Amino acid sequence: MSTEQIRDGQSGGEGPLPDGSPPPRDYSSLTIGVLALQGAVSEHLQCVARCGARALAVRRSGLLQEVDGLIIPGGESTTIGRLSSLYGYAEEIKELAAAGKPVLGTCAGAIMLAKKVAGQEPLIPLMEMEIVRNAFGRQRESFETELEIPVLGTEPFCGVFIRAPLITAVGKGVEILASYGPGIVFAREKNLLAVAFHPELTEDLRLHRYFLELALERQNAGRRPAE
Amino acid sequence: MAERGTFRVKKGMAEMQKGGVIMDVTTPEQAKIAEAAGAVAVMALERVPADIRAVGGVARMADPEIILSIMEAVTIPVMAKCRIGHFAEAQVLEALAVDYIDESEVLTPADEKYHINKHQFTVPFVCGARDLGEALRRIGEGAAMIRTKGEPGTGNVVEAVRHLRVVREQIRAVVNAPEEELMHLSKELGAPYNLVLEVRKLGRLPVVNFAAGGIATPADAALMMQLGADGVFVGSGIFKAADPFKRAKAIVEATLHYDNPEIVARVSRGLGEAMPGLDMAELGAADRMQLRGV
Repeated sequence: MSTEQIRDGQSGGEGPLPDGSPPPRDYSSLTIGVLALQGAVSEHLQCVARCGARALAVRRSGLLQEVDGLIIPGGESTTIGRLSSLYGYAEEIKELAAAGKPVLGTCAGAIMLAKKVAGQEPLIPLMEMEIVRNAFGRQRESFETELEIPVLGTEPFCGVFIRAPLITAVGKGVEILASYGPGIVFAREKNLLAVAFHPELTEDLRLHRYFLELALERQNAGRRPAE
Repeated sequence: MAERGTFRVKKGMAEMQKGGVIMDVTTPEQAKIAEAAGAVAVMALERVPADIRAVGGVARMADPEIILSIMEAVTIPVMAKCRIGHFAEAQVLEALAVDYIDESEVLTPADEKYHINKHQFTVPFVCGARDLGEALRRIGEGAAMIRTKGEPGTGNVVEAVRHLRVVREQIRAVVNAPEEELMHLSKELGAPYNLVLEVRKLGRLPVVNFAAGGIATPADAALMMQLGADGVFVGSGIFKAADPFKRAKAIVEATLHYDNPEIVARVSRGLGEAMPGLDMAELGAADRMQLRGV
């Protein structure tokens, strides 16, 4: 068993660890959906499961009511956009976001969440930001690099950029969590997270845990009135 | 400090294609039709495999003019084929900045013994395979994606099924074998030992595995996905059919909803004539593209 798994099995205390990273905590009360239209679906499912939450591949309309948070994975943004509008996911995802449940979009998923997409119609316009597709060029220019992401701790995070987009402008309510070169690569607007790279292609679970913390907060907040 | 062309970046590109359909196209117009139908990538070619069969002679890398015009026409990734072992054609394709290179048995092999050393390239490669040994040899040479070969340009799915089943059967054998048998198994398969160990650990190929070679209908695509393919390549099946856009869209839907027969049934209705098919018995050894570059 890896250290990662041992750490994940423990129930953490309140707040982030001394280095600022999200704590490993018991996430077993959470069900996280991964929009399973096309792309890196299994990698996200594995990351969620390794964090200790229940992972659910969402490939049918209607399943979205069951989840405490949703991940929209990377894939081909053109393809995913066409498919989701076809099956009426867009409306359901908007409802889920409006209910305060966290949504994490990686790469093509981030493009889907943007209110402004250079050169094309927005897909599920939720976040006040402008995004450029294939901002670094073609696959030949794809790369990996170490990113400074303070909310994930002092240890750099390996950013895997594959025909990646770049967030070029954000609105007032949007927090910039990481930048690379000329643009923003990780942004948050309340319960919505947009990531230009692929945390699911690394062994590092900190970004997924950061997302699960939001889901846990939302779940606890929802329970309080009933108590 | 950005690092390009790492194996993770190459392999990751293929991960993003999972659950999708990659379509052969020969013109920018066809590429636009494929993109509109929901293809995750297009393969830029001078001729689709069925026409390569019909024309005969030596099939080479496509004219860069065709490839570039297709790259300009669409925003989805563009792949292109080079001949097996023809690393100079691969260098040309990399210089053109295609997103993926297919070292393909559909073209006439340039080297009957050696494949390209794919580690030396920044652009990722996909290679064909009929069994686990072939797949792992190609991965050992640097392939970041595997497509089971099938028999291209036939519209007959039988070989695609055979090859995918063989790969999966052999993976099961590797996973279930006691450790002391693995070296022998590796020898039998003709596969690098370290990759056999990796397959055993993962319970699958270490890279994405698409099915190819003979897929012509939505149900063909659903079949390959249910047999465990990560996605499908459709070569001649789309633009040799009566209504390419409708068929392309239907195959995309069927690939996505492969486990939902109602959706596959709905999209299969009224597609018009599929491409004419070839029975394997009609093909002699010399006509079987799958036997090239093993």
